[in-house]
Amino acid sequence: MKARVFVSFKSTVLDPQGQTICSKLHDLGYPAIADVRQGKFFDIALAAGTSAEQARRDIEIIAQDVLANPVIEEYRVEILD
Amino acid sequence: MTFGVIVFPGSNRDHDAAYAVANVLGQKAEFIWHDSTSLGAVDAVILPGGFSYGDYLRCGAIAKFSPVMTAVKKFAGDGGLVLGICNGFQILVEAGLLPGALIRNRGLQFICREVQLRPGTTDSPFTCLARKDRTYRVPIAHGEGCYFADERTLDELEAEDRIAFRYVGNPNGSVRDIAGVLNRERNVMGLMPHPEDATEPLMGSCDGLVVFQSMLSVAVRA
Repeated sequence: MKARVFVSFKSTVLDPQGQTICSKLHDLGYPAIADVRQGKFFDIALAAGTSAEQARRDIEIIAQDVLANPVIEEYRVEILD
Repeated sequence: MTFGVIVFPGSNRDHDAAYAVANVLGQKAEFIWHDSTSLGAVDAVILPGGFSYGDYLRCGAIAKFSPVMTAVKKFAGDGGLVLGICNGFQILVEAGLLPGALIRNRGLQFICREVQLRPGTTDSPFTCLARKDRTYRVPIAHGEGCYFADERTLDELEAEDRIAFRYVGNPNGSVRDIAGVLNRERNVMGLMPHPEDATEPLMGSCDGLVVFQSMLSVAVRA
């Protein structure tokens, strides 16, 4: 089983990297791009025999305490088979 | 007075901090390796600048789980003086000892130059000898020094007089020009600029000394 955790800045936090990418996309001739926000994701492999319930519980805690900083970031967990 | 200087893997201003308190201030500095579970007999703790754990994940995000941080939290909880400089500030916010977060500079560039700071308060063990009617020349050297906190937290910091220093001419996009903040009990300060690197004429400024002299004056009084 695998889990994927997406982490991105909250909408209220300045994302200068996203802004720079957006501005360059305009330069490259894509006026349809209104905004870009940059984030990251973590692919996590779970040991064989781990239940989906256990995985979700552990990954939620890990996302909250380690992978994301709740002051500036939000996260989303996906459990993949 | 004995200052404990915590050394994380990737700390690189640990010797600068020790030099400032030992050679310039004439006090004692002791290095404390990050996997130590006790601080020993120290009167204050400095979390120095650098790139702990290569800034992997987020600046300070791995260091906050170092064994020594449990001892630092207890020391702070008992009222001990804790100063986090640059990466040390990032570790303190990640560890929840100070509010807010430090994110990528507004202009994306790593900035290494001198800035002017104005004390936001003189009611703290780190700024009690500072004067609000003048500015202090101290260097910065960071890529992730843009202070961020939500509006409610910022209002609270201002209402409780917990903004230790502000930039004069904001270099990195920090909200409300914040360069350093205090915890509610006022015994923990985080500061992005490097006061330890402005302590002798050869360094171009001695203005950073005020932070360490303030800490010393409080320790001597105690």
